[in-house]
Order: sequence, then C-alpha cells, then structure tokens
Amino acid sequence: MSGMTTRPDRGGDPPSRPADPTLPHQAGAREREVGVPPAPASGSAPPAAGPAAPPAGSAAPATGDAARTPEVPAADADPAAAAERTPDRAQYGVCAFLALVGGLVILEATTRIGEAINTADPVGPKAVPILLGVLLLIVAVIYAVDVARGGSGEPEAGEDVDLASPIDWRTVLLLVGAFLVNAVLIDRLGWVISGTILFWGSAYALGNRHYVRNLLISVALSLITFYTFAIGLGVDLPAGVLQGIL
Amino acid sequence: MDNLSNLLDGFANVLTPMNLLISLLGVTIGTAVGVLPGIGPAMTVALLLPVTYGMEPTQAFILFAGIFYGGMYGGSTTSILLNTPGESSSVVTAIEGNKMAKAGRAAQALATAAIGSFIAGTIATVLLVVAIPPVVAFAVSLGSPDYFALMLLAFVSVTAVLGASRVRGLAALLLGLVIGVIGIDQSGQQRLTLGIPQLADGIDVVVVAVGIFAVGEALWIAAHLRRKAGEVIPVGQPWMGREDWKRSWKPWLRGTAFGFPFGAVPAGGAEIPTFLSYVTEKKLSKHPEQFGKGAIEGVAGPEAANNASAAGTLVPMLAIGLPTNATAAVMLAAFEGYGIQPGPLLFSRESSLVWTLIASLFIGNLLLLVLNLPLAPAWAKLLRIPRPYLYAGILFFASMGAYAVNAQPFDLFLLLILGLLGFGMRRFGLPVLPMIVGIILGPRAELHGRRALQLSGGELHGLLGGWVSWVIYAVVAVVLLWPLIGRFLVRPVRERLVTS
Repeated sequence: MSGMTTRPDRGGDPPSRPADPTLPHQAGAREREVGVPPAPASGSAPPAAGPAAPPAGSAAPATGDAARTPEVPAADADPAAAAERTPDRAQYGVCAFLALVGGLVILEATTRIGEAINTADPVGPKAVPILLGVLLLIVAVIYAVDVARGGSGEPEAGEDVDLASPIDWRTVLLLVGAFLVNAVLIDRLGWVISGTILFWGSAYALGNRHYVRNLLISVALSLITFYTFAIGLGVDLPAGVLQGIL
Repeated sequence: MDNLSNLLDGFANVLTPMNLLISLLGVTIGTAVGVLPGIGPAMTVALLLPVTYGMEPTQAFILFAGIFYGGMYGGSTTSILLNTPGESSSVVTAIEGNKMAKAGRAAQALATAAIGSFIAGTIATVLLVVAIPPVVAFAVSLGSPDYFALMLLAFVSVTAVLGASRVRGLAALLLGLVIGVIGIDQSGQQRLTLGIPQLADGIDVVVVAVGIFAVGEALWIAAHLRRKAGEVIPVGQPWMGREDWKRSWKPWLRGTAFGFPFGAVPAGGAEIPTFLSYVTEKKLSKHPEQFGKGAIEGVAGPEAANNASAAGTLVPMLAIGLPTNATAAVMLAAFEGYGIQPGPLLFSRESSLVWTLIASLFIGNLLLLVLNLPLAPAWAKLLRIPRPYLYAGILFFASMGAYAVNAQPFDLFLLLILGLLGFGMRRFGLPVLPMIVGIILGPRAELHGRRALQLSGGELHGLLGGWVSWVIYAVVAVVLLWPLIGRFLVRPVRERLVTS
C-alpha cells in the first residue's frame, strides 16, 4: 500500500501527469467525444431557425438534445428505447413517496398541530399544511397517471455524468457512510479528525487508491480549513480532542 | 439624483484597500470554484457561504458580489474548454464555443466570452441601477394580497414555464413548500417538527441549499461518474484579432438587450435569452455557414445574454425579495443568514449596504476581466482536477458549511437527508428550482396570505387586493392555460423555446 499504488479507474490519475495530453485515456476520451454523432456540427441542425420560423416539429427535440451535450443522444437513446420496452417503474416509488408525505402532513396537521391562539387569525396554523397534503395526494395520482401513460423524467446530465452507466450504489453507499462517520464524530473528535476521515473516505469511495497521498491531502485540507475558518474567520468548527493542541 | 449619490457612496465604501482585496478574493474563488466541472453558479454560492460567516455584512456582500459574477464567468470557461456543460444557461455558449476551441480558437472564444461578460455585466448593472428605484417605489405600494399573488406567480412560473414536465415541477414545488412549513408558525404552533427540538426554528436555508445543490449533486455525479474525464482543450492567453472584435461587439450589445429583461421577470431565466441571442446572431451574421463550426458571434451573443440576465435577476431579488433563478434563491438565503430581508424596505433600512453591493458588482466585474484574461491557462488546468478529489472536496466543504451554521451535528444528518432527496430528484428528473423557491418563498406566501385574510375577516375576497393582484392573477391564469393557448395560437414558437 505505498503511495504509488495506482488503479487507473475512476479518473484517479495522479496530478503529476494529468497535464500530459498524450495520455492514452484522454486520447480515448477524445475519440469518444468526436466519435459520437456530429449533430451540433451539421450547420443546419442546431437551434437555427428563428422562433418566428416554425421548423418541422420533429427536428426540434433532436436539436435540443444535441445542443445539450454530444453524449446525450447516445446515452439518452438507450434509456429512452429501454423505457419503451420496460417503463421506468421505479417512478411509481416517487408517487408513493409523494402520497406518503401528503398523508403524513395531513395526519400531523389534523392531530398534532394546535389551534391558533390568536382569534384574529381566521386561517390558523393548520390550513396550509392540510392544503399542501391534499395537493400532494392529487399530484401523486396525476404523476402515477403520467407514468402509466409512458411519461418519464429525464435524469440530470452534467460534465462528469455518464448516464449510459447504471447507478453505482456501492460508491453512493460508501460516500453516505463517510458522511455519517463525520456527522457522528465531529463533536467528539473535532473537525480536523472527522474532516480527514470524510475526505479520505470520500476519495476512497470515488475510486482513488493513493492511500498515503490521500491521507496527507486530507490532513492538510482539514488543518488548513480549521485554521482559516475557525481561527482566522471565526467560523464555528469544533476542535474536539485536539483542543489545546491546535 | 438621490440614488446616484447613494451609488457614489457605495463606490466609496468599496474602494478601500481592504474591501478591494475582499472583492478580488471573491472573484478569484468564485471563478476558481465556478470553473470546476460539476459546480454551477448556484452551488458555487452555496458552497462559499461559510466563507462569509465571520465577516461583517458589508464585506460579506462585497465578497458575494464577486463570487456571484465569478461563478457565472467560471461556468462559461468550463463549457468552452470541456463542452458538456452542466448549467442550462451555458448550453448555447458550448455549441459554438467548444467548436471554436476544437478548431484551435479557444483563446478567441475565451476572450470574447470574458470581454462580452464584462460589457454585458457593466451595462446590465447600470440598467439595474436605473430599474431598481421605480421597482422599489412600486413594491412599496404593494399590500399583502399583492405579495401573495406575486409569490403565487413565482410558484406557477418556475413550475409550469421552466422545465419539461409540469407534474414533476409541481411535485418538487410541493415538497419544497412542505419543507418550508417545518418549524414554529406565526401563531406559535410547532408544525411538522416531529417533536425534534432542533426543527422548531425550521430548517436553515443554507443547509437546504447546500444539501440539495452540493450534496445531492455530488452523490448523483458519483453514482454516474465517467470512467474517463472529458477532454480538456489546452489554451494560452486569450486574445482577439481585429476581425474578432468587429464580429463580437454587436452580438455583445444585442445579447445584453435579450438577457437583462428576461432575467428580471419571474421565470425568465437565462435559457431563453441565450437561445434567442444565438438564433438572432445566426440570422444576422455575414458568415451563417460558420455556425455549428465555431462562429464567434455564437459565443459573444449568448455569453453576454447569460451575464446580463444574471444582473437582471438581482432586480426582483433585491427590490421585491423574489428570486427568479437558483443562484438568486441561494443569494436570498445568504441575505437572510444576516437577518436582512430583501424587498422594498431594504433600500430604506439598509441603503448603504445595498448600494455598496451594487457598486461592488461594478468593481467585481472589472476585476474579473483583469483577472481572467491572464489567468485563463491556470483556470484550464483546474479542469483536470482528479474527480475523486473534486467530489470528495465538495462533500467536505458542504459538511463544513452546514455544520458551521448552527454548530450542531444534527444539521449534518439533515444535510444528508436533503442530499439524498436531491439525489432522488436528479434520478427521476424532478427539477430542483421549484423546490428551492418553494422552501424560501413558501413561508412568506403563507404570511402574506394569512395577513390578507385576517384583514378581510376570513373572506376569500381579501386575497384580491387592488388592480396589481388582478393583473398578476390574470398572468397566472395565462401561464396555467398556456398549453391550451399554445396549441391553437403559438405552438411553433413554444416548441422552439422549450427545446432551447
């Protein structure tokens, strides 16, 4: 487990060489970027016609995707095609969640929220939560109808987001774990230690395997933020067990 | 010219060595964080909130102005050099900008973006100074029914106009409104606190913003992290030749004209003006054949529109307390962190503070130009940051910022729950903006609605104040019935706009 251990997954490349444009993986990335449909390149395809000049309706959605990111059409096509065969049933979970929240809000409003003390207030504290709860139930139903009719939300794209790959639950759970450890330990051990664990653990979860180097970076980052924010700028960060040492 | 002297006082406040340094710091870290892939302007502002906690309000706001414009600028660098922009407002810039960069004209693309942003930002800030006094005068005359109607308009427009699916927007809005209800209400009753004492004061807006924007986004990206980071196009010092100047200056001005008004109205945002600017430039260009292959007009116009719209969003945000995009919503949260309530009274109560903020927008914009032209190669290097460090860093700073609000670990658990909520929303294509607007404006809408009904003794006509609320409700009706109107009257136009 030396600092030189390299597992080149997840873009965990050492910063000493990322500037080198001849790296094989970057060349690969270039090929990928260029290799995907050159939609934005074809002069007439981008959102070209003015709003006043109605184009063929079918061209519009394709154009929008192309404009967003060259990768999206490829990435988007798969889930979209898949959605036609097997609809995104997980969306019913969202409907259930909305209905659950709506139900709980109504329950809470009708049982636990007290009456208004001020008689001049004709609305009182209950009305808005009940209204919101009812609306949530209605939206949950409309949402379910939309899903049943084949509607689906578009997962958010981004610079580093590869929507073609499935959700990597292992990474997410490891990150949540690192986050929880920090939340539990921050008052006991102090920010410098818990923050170190958080950063190191997150970098590990995200696939970086330079254990020693990451530890040095984590400790340095925690110390720098502690001294800058807690001592320099007066931000409230706990010193914890290192009280008196820092 | 009372406001002019106020503005000059504002400049006097900013132009001290210490405050200039703070402004410089603001634009530097704003740009640096904004350049980082995956971090848009809203997350930039949310993540950098804790930096200002220990400062006095004036300096904090100077820093904010710098972060705000810096974050906006940083985003365009990312979209030009890396393509695949994360921000919808940078999408149009990326179309031509990335093509220019790939054709070896990255320096010119960055230069026209930087100078265009400066010109658009400066003109739009002047327009802001001109527009704010009448808007404030108008807002002062508004009563509770009018405010209630305005907020209803904000809810309806962020839900129905922006975003692809109305039902998903509505779901996000309602969840936001429910989160906003948590806490002790105006009549002293605990609502939805589940008996947890820390929830009695409600969930701090900073925790909400950081949770949904930073933690939710980091978790979402982590779940789908590209195995190979996108290609970064190397760049030298930005510069423009005579021909580039000739082709850029008109698009800058036209982009500004598109951007500012759209930014200033609720639900305008930056997407529509940047798109309109692109279309216009393509039509007016002498080189329409270059569009799609890296036309400089296609960078200059949309980038100016983007920045002008950012300044435009400050008009309703400062004068009425109405955020119209995510960044403004987070800024509003920052104001409230200082116990400052944006709205018409802000200009009488905190006059010096507000005008210092506006003056520092001018200064920050200038510093940004001076800073960005020589530093562009350094910013480009930031794009190569190893992704594990980037997203670990986001979680690290998000935790620090959320903890520092109240110094209680409870907020970190809350942050995680909100982050998971943000993760789920991104997974299912629920828009984030309606939620954040619901959280921030919900309690205020309830306050005004209840106050209006109190005055009318509970009769519903109390919600219909004067002509202002009539007009607003008419607009709300148009927005809600838009699909029907659109089907028969303006369908082609709408399709163009939606796809932008």
